[in-house]
Amino acid sequence: MTNPYLLPDERTGMNSLVLRNVRPYGEAQLDVRVENGVITELGSVRPTAADDVVDGQGAVLLPGLVDLHTHLREPGREDAETVQTGSAAAALGGYTAVFAMASTEPCADTAGVVEQVWRLGRQTGLVDVQPIGAVTAGRAGTQLAELGAMADSPARVRVFSDDGFCVSDSALMRRALEYVRAFDGIIAQHAEDPRLTLGAQMNEGVVSGRLGLTGWPAAAEEAIVARDVLLAGHVGSRLHVCHVSTAGSVELLRWAKGKGWAVSAEVTPHHLSLTDDLAESYDPIFKVNPPLRTDADVAALRAGLADGTIDCVATDHAPHAIEDKETEWGAALPGMLGLQTALAIVIETMVEPGLLDWRGVADRMSVAPARIGALAEHGRPIAIGEPANLVVVDPTIRWTVSPAALVSKSRNTPYAGRTLPGRVVATVLRGRLTSRDGAVLDAVPA
Amino acid sequence: MNRHLLSAADLGREEALRILDTAEHLDRALSGREVKKLPPLRGRTVVNLFYEDSTRTRTSFELAAKRLSADVVNFAAKGSSVSKGESLKDTALTLEAMGADAVVIRHSYSGAAHRLATWVQGSVVNAGDGTHEHPTQALLDAFTIRRRLRGATGDLDGLRVAIVGDVLHSRVARSNVLLLTTLGARVTLVAPPTLVPRGVADWPVGCVFDLDSVLADTDVVMMLRVQRERMAGGFFPSAREYSRRYGLDARRMAMLGDTAIVMHPGPMNRGMEIAAEVADDPKRSTIVEQVTNGVSVRMAVLYLLLGGSEQLGD
Repeated sequence: MTNPYLLPDERTGMNSLVLRNVRPYGEAQLDVRVENGVITELGSVRPTAADDVVDGQGAVLLPGLVDLHTHLREPGREDAETVQTGSAAAALGGYTAVFAMASTEPCADTAGVVEQVWRLGRQTGLVDVQPIGAVTAGRAGTQLAELGAMADSPARVRVFSDDGFCVSDSALMRRALEYVRAFDGIIAQHAEDPRLTLGAQMNEGVVSGRLGLTGWPAAAEEAIVARDVLLAGHVGSRLHVCHVSTAGSVELLRWAKGKGWAVSAEVTPHHLSLTDDLAESYDPIFKVNPPLRTDADVAALRAGLADGTIDCVATDHAPHAIEDKETEWGAALPGMLGLQTALAIVIETMVEPGLLDWRGVADRMSVAPARIGALAEHGRPIAIGEPANLVVVDPTIRWTVSPAALVSKSRNTPYAGRTLPGRVVATVLRGRLTSRDGAVLDAVPA
Repeated sequence: MNRHLLSAADLGREEALRILDTAEHLDRALSGREVKKLPPLRGRTVVNLFYEDSTRTRTSFELAAKRLSADVVNFAAKGSSVSKGESLKDTALTLEAMGADAVVIRHSYSGAAHRLATWVQGSVVNAGDGTHEHPTQALLDAFTIRRRLRGATGDLDGLRVAIVGDVLHSRVARSNVLLLTTLGARVTLVAPPTLVPRGVADWPVGCVFDLDSVLADTDVVMMLRVQRERMAGGFFPSAREYSRRYGLDARRMAMLGDTAIVMHPGPMNRGMEIAAEVADDPKRSTIVEQVTNGVSVRMAVLYLLLGGSEQLGD
């Protein structure tokens, strides 16, 4: 039977691409031939007239990046982002797969919504859009959503999260962890004890005290991380901790992993690079949840990512309309763009200081997130016979972030005006270029 | 002087003293006049943009501007962007288009005055933003202390000031800590541990939990208003317990040195943080004077910010 969702060139099939002068994992330079979505040659490749050719000029070749935490805003806030614009941002950022968070309007708590998002992603075709399902109905934290229905839908949901809200009820969290074992699912927890963060606006510390902004204490995250790793250990389920932001959480995760429990965690680029003193401008471009923390937290997060205590980098790409950011700090929505700057920030904070080599980047930004989210075709080795989901990045090129030049529908990057290392030269999804030299390639009509 | 007054931290020692001296000067210039009006801000427009009800602060700014002959517009902004009214930015652009020379803003969000200052050309005066700052209150407090204890000249070097109560949620406390220490005073915060902000160890102040322990060695006791709603947040068990541990009553007032004064920014909760006989004590209480001085200090701020050019008559 023909799959009605197959895209035109998947049905008809042929394409051939040669990536010349690229260095897999930053190692020896070679050429790569890709045919029909699969790597078929590695070494010295002579292109033919029929080939698409990209000359990497010594740039680094990595498996296509995978983002476990993206807000695409569709359905509901198409003024801030759509699957189309978010996919374009992902392709330009070097991503070949993104996990779309459930915090849409209506939220992704039914098979219908996850299937809609999944289908929109397929139609756009720039990146594999893998929906995340809500853990609880309406993300209200009181009753499990129909997790099995979402798992059984064409979207094949395996990651479940109420992100934006914590599953704070301990008994409900335990049941969710247990229930998803039936289909090898995983609960991705937004770790925030809501009673400790009533009205919270920024990290609780010296700066919040001075600015008169209600504090979001590190303990509110760590209390939930501690509880949840204990629950995951007790019931033998997989737990993923979203956007870890504190040094204490890193310690708890290290302890839990030492016990052999199936716990994984992500850190965002902004928590690797920015600190709470940026709130002194009262510019809500720096307002995010969990909030920016301190230098000591940043150092612990980088160390945790380097030693594998934190498994992966996830963007928490959170587009917001201008009117939701050009306000008083307290009235603004929390969140930052991330897809187009994530790799550059990882290069700046991890590769350039020597904390992570390119194999490490491939693991933390592709292999690990694909494994956690159970995406079989992504995060694969660069080897003959493997799916050609790839990114070529030139770490020697520096570029200046201009909000107006981003392809996201929103402009809320915290890096405006910053010069960052690492330019994505090309992104390849199943053998087809989705971005090249900073331009999106609309390969597939919707 | 800077274009705006957003925080007491904007003021160095010399600038702060200049405001206090100007306030004394303006006060003398007006005293004894039948018509309480000076000409320097004639033709200038001052907008009072108040997102919170605060009759006393708004009236004080209004009087200050009018006594300098400015045109005053009261823009009572109901609802901010949260309640789906006009956004602060749009309001700012509207006031800008109407040619406001200065905007005096009171807002429930910390940092609102800072945001406003990025959107308007005119001067912005912070008349209280959330739980952040209230710099003109600190200026009028410093003015009052200086008059009472320093003969209305110089700085506050060596004076010992206890700020007592809900420091965590107090914009008055934050501005006073900054300004009074800039002027050389030694400040100690007195509060239950639940109402002390994180990071106070990095502030240039002392901090104790026991009110009785500081009273004998204090020149100024500044009581903060405590909102009864704080009980719901579990910051203290009951109004009665708060009053017993942190209220200034006659027994505690008797522990003060001879010349010590008692201040309160108002509005007071009589019987809660301050007993009636303390608030009304003719020798120590400066509460009514603070209100009077508020007008003089706000005149000085508007005068200096708007660069009043005409000579002040003596």
